[in-house]
Amino acid sequence: MKSVFRVLVASIALLFVTLGSASAEVVYNRGNSADPESLDPHKTSTVYEGHILRDLFEGLVMQDPKAELIPGAAESWTVSDDGKVYTFKLRGDGVWSNGDPVTAQDFVFSFQRLLDPATAAEYAGMLYPIKGAKEINDAATKASPDTLGVKAIDDKTLEVTLNAPTPYFLEMLTHMATYPVNKKNIEQFGADFIKPGNLVSNGSYTLAEFVPNDHIKLIKNPKFFDAANVQIDVVNYIPTEDRSAALKRYEAGELDSNDDLPTEQLEEIRAKFGDQVRIAPYLGTYYYTFKVDKKPWDDPKLRRAISLAIDRDFLAEKVWKNSMIPAYSFVPPGIEGYEPSVADYSEMPQIDREDEAKKILTELGYGPDKPLKMELRFNTSENHQNTAVAVQDMLKPLGVEVSLVNTDTKSHYGLLEQHGDYDVARAGWIADYKDPETFLRLLVTGDGSNYALYSNPEYDALMSKAAAEADPAKRSKLLSEAEAIFVRDTPYIPLLFYSFHNIVSPKLQGFENNVMDVHPTRFIKKTG
Amino acid sequence: MTETAVAVPVAGRSLWEDAWARMKGNRAAVASTFYLALIVFACVVGPWLTPHGFSTIYQDYVRVPPSLSHYPKPPTIEKSLQAVASRARVELVDWKVEDGSIITKVGAAKPIDERVTRYFDRSSTFEGAAVVEKSSNGQELTIRAAIERHYFLFGTDNVGRDLLTRTLIAGRVSLSIGLLAGLVAVCIGVIYGATSGYLGGRIDEVMMRIVDILYSLPFIFFVIMLVVFFGRNFVLMFLAVGAVLWLDMARIVRGQTLSIKRHEFVQAADALGVSQAGILGRHIIPNTLGPVVVYMTLLVPQVIILESFLSFLGLGVQEPMSSWGVLISQGAKNIGTATWLLIFPSFFLTTTLFALNFIGDGLRDALDPKDR
Amino acid sequence: MLNYVVRRLFSALPTLFLIVTISFFLMRLAPGGPFNQEKGLNPVVKANLERQYNLDAPLWKQYLDYLNGLLHGDLGPSYALPDFTVTELFKAGLPISLQLGASALVLALIIGGALGITAALRQNQTADYSVIAVATAGSTIPTFVIAPLLQLFFGLTLKLLPIGGWGGGDVSHKLMPIITLALPQIAIVARLMRGSMIESLRSHHIRTARALGLSDFSVVVKHALRGAVLPIVSYAGPAAAALLTGSIIVETIFQIPGVGRYFVEAALNRDYTLVMGTVVVIAVFTILFNLIVDILYGVLDPRVRYD
Repeated sequence: MKSVFRVLVASIALLFVTLGSASAEVVYNRGNSADPESLDPHKTSTVYEGHILRDLFEGLVMQDPKAELIPGAAESWTVSDDGKVYTFKLRGDGVWSNGDPVTAQDFVFSFQRLLDPATAAEYAGMLYPIKGAKEINDAATKASPDTLGVKAIDDKTLEVTLNAPTPYFLEMLTHMATYPVNKKNIEQFGADFIKPGNLVSNGSYTLAEFVPNDHIKLIKNPKFFDAANVQIDVVNYIPTEDRSAALKRYEAGELDSNDDLPTEQLEEIRAKFGDQVRIAPYLGTYYYTFKVDKKPWDDPKLRRAISLAIDRDFLAEKVWKNSMIPAYSFVPPGIEGYEPSVADYSEMPQIDREDEAKKILTELGYGPDKPLKMELRFNTSENHQNTAVAVQDMLKPLGVEVSLVNTDTKSHYGLLEQHGDYDVARAGWIADYKDPETFLRLLVTGDGSNYALYSNPEYDALMSKAAAEADPAKRSKLLSEAEAIFVRDTPYIPLLFYSFHNIVSPKLQGFENNVMDVHPTRFIKKTG
Repeated sequence: MTETAVAVPVAGRSLWEDAWARMKGNRAAVASTFYLALIVFACVVGPWLTPHGFSTIYQDYVRVPPSLSHYPKPPTIEKSLQAVASRARVELVDWKVEDGSIITKVGAAKPIDERVTRYFDRSSTFEGAAVVEKSSNGQELTIRAAIERHYFLFGTDNVGRDLLTRTLIAGRVSLSIGLLAGLVAVCIGVIYGATSGYLGGRIDEVMMRIVDILYSLPFIFFVIMLVVFFGRNFVLMFLAVGAVLWLDMARIVRGQTLSIKRHEFVQAADALGVSQAGILGRHIIPNTLGPVVVYMTLLVPQVIILESFLSFLGLGVQEPMSSWGVLISQGAKNIGTATWLLIFPSFFLTTTLFALNFIGDGLRDALDPKDR
Repeated sequence: MLNYVVRRLFSALPTLFLIVTISFFLMRLAPGGPFNQEKGLNPVVKANLERQYNLDAPLWKQYLDYLNGLLHGDLGPSYALPDFTVTELFKAGLPISLQLGASALVLALIIGGALGITAALRQNQTADYSVIAVATAGSTIPTFVIAPLLQLFFGLTLKLLPIGGWGGGDVSHKLMPIITLALPQIAIVARLMRGSMIESLRSHHIRTARALGLSDFSVVVKHALRGAVLPIVSYAGPAAAALLTGSIIVETIFQIPGVGRYFVEAALNRDYTLVMGTVVVIAVFTILFNLIVDILYGVLDPRVRYD
């Protein structure tokens, strides 16, 4: 009885709170698939952190609702003629949430901190184009942080010197790992500077609460230079691991948007929610990698045969319910100024592809009496499983005996990283910044994510030539040539390009689809 | 009462005959036994009788609801035709159905390769496609193909596999996992418990202390570690799970042994010079079997539920194999949109566990001497 | 009595030590590490991370360092959530899991117990059969099926309760999780209660009491129940330890910030320190509740003595 009474009192109280607050402030409850690993921009790595950090901090450059580059803490910048020296002019009204002005020294401190081996930043690589950065990050060289090519000319002028012209350097600076932190703040609180109440940030929002696995509450930063145009007063980031449960919460109005959907139910969801469902391509590739130093997978012809036989249309349409796009190149379309090199069979009817695959397999001596055995590994997930099952079924008529092995994510990537024994394994890559380089570097000899162990001097040469090329058009052509070699050698089978799957309430405006799937809250409005 | 059964095996009804007689009187238990036998039979034989392979993918029938009548339903014929045409990169000009076959005209801007019939054969809706007529410029073909009929009594899953066949196959896996892990647990538990109880003293103390320690180990942690280690081999994994589940069994058997040990026939055997192993094997273990059997019928459901828990975490059996747990956890994610994915496997799992529970209760009542 | 408790607690220490040791090495034997992920790290960055977390030290040294930390009450930082120490994570989450678990347990004991007694008193009548049927169903339907059904019904159809989240501990957010947690326990308690109650009612002293003309109610409450409650106590001990340390299924589906999810997530993430923290917490709970069960046994059953 008592508890019934309490429920009643609580709901009445809740009603008043909601009524009271409705007029006072605009609250945006934003579903985010996972909690951030860390709110320290220098220790982050996932896209889920990206969403929150874009609200909390302001890097030199930022992204607008369409993911186009816009000035951030820097109001303007100039690039030297050789493309190696960037001079940023910081905005005069840029301040931290404690009132201190944002200075060039803050950025020097932050960049040095990101590269300090003791910070152990996963995304230190975002600054590797800067002179001296890689050496400083490598503890073995004991390079002094002062050797970094970043200088404060005065309080508001920052000069950055690069190793080589890097046309995508500005795009890299949109990554959250390059956001500044406040030196005084860190000196005062040490590792705890990131706690609510302690954190000093320079973005459109400040951190109010962080209850792990429950919510992160950000409130509007009145000191933010563009605060007048920020419409939402409070954002609650709510971790929504269970996608089905999250959808129910959205339906009940507990969430205003969520960044993932149970894809297996997409048809029904589309029918029910119409254009609240936002599915469009973004920069990410879902692929299978061969272990190319293992027989028989060292033969590019055999790899081509397998790639030919996989019906990507079926995967995209049926298995992924049109939430993915068939892929025939490694770099997804959508990067301005770059034309991906597409496999020659992309326009070939599936039947011809299969005939060719069959021919290759016969030539290589595989047949009913000598079936090709292939072990396909993937990390545990319903969608990866369905994809693998479908691929297994597609290769069966060709006499390829596919066995499936699924392991948990850590074991899976642990095996790949240690170059363990496997035939074919699933992997995926989401762009960190808008440039083909973020994809193509995976196949350079010795890259940490080169799971295929692919090594082709010709490819490496093209990639380093592209890295030194200042002219964007020529560079783009070189990269495209490198990708053509990738397509010819097929160390990976690109299967699908990722799409984001957002569900967005009609109450929200300014939540625009873009290829990076970034949606800074400061540009979003909520009505009703 | 127990000791008479063993000490004088010839005289009167044995414990087991007695129990059987009483078991027959328990209608719920008898019905459950029949039901369980039926399920086992269906799971063992069923997959051979259904017209579908458990891993066969019907590309045209992804997530179709259960139906007693055959597929394709008329509206879906056009959809599959269109799918075939777009895969073959031809235009659908015209089509009609004629006594179980379809006659369709397709066109394209270039002459069409006659191999397009293969796209029809490949589709799970049509078979035996042949070109009937060809226009002079080769840009139009008329194709006749028989419509394949399929029955999906339980519907199909998220990639287009027959749920009935998969449910039966999954039953095989779930039941054998339960049985296997149950047997391993019982074997270890009985031998360990009986030895500990019979030897007594210091050894007993140490052996039970080990059980206590293992009890405090977080069980799920071990199971997850086992999945990580044996992920590739489910049978091995469940042998290992069985090897963790024997703790209760060991305690029960030890208790039984302690009381049996005090009986005259054990002391008599000892006096006659029967070896310790002999006494354990001939006298003690057989006398503990009653509670062991009861416990086993409770252990099997426990293992099956554990397996379904692992499936929820995405750590279940490897595809294309399946288990009830895997099917149900997939179904639970589709509540409201493809509810049949949950209902059928849940029905099988729940009723089987029901049956096992009733059998367990029945056996307990039947074997309990106090109940006479 | 006090003597006994102190002795038991001391004897738990070696057990705890063994558990920590076994878990530590088992965890490290598992393939993959905390920093393996879809995006491979470059070797320099990986070396920095390993140095930062002391993972570059020899395993025996890491083990000794961990034990040393543990002795000082330091469970280390979490790898997956570096903003928090393991202790902080438990401080935030454990009270939530405790609340839900304790409520579910109390609910299960009251409802399950009442159902069990009713069934036992009406053995082989309709009430009995329906209790058995409900109880069996309750223990055979997996929680991950019950939870979404409750969400659909109370959250979306009736719009009575919020579907997920903790809501700062508001009662309305707790109801569905508690019900989901309690249902299987109700079922098990009811079955156990029925069984032991039937046995207890048949025993000599109950028959004697009845023959002496004591009223049914007094027989049931004072005498039969006292004997019948023992199996429940020995079941409730381990069950309490499991319930109070949270349930991953309930916490994930209802998005509750408890600690139940850490166990599985941490093991899968190879978040070594968080796994060890969870192992220690669960082991302590288990040991504690076993002790409580033994003490309760002494209170309820005069034959048991502590010496």
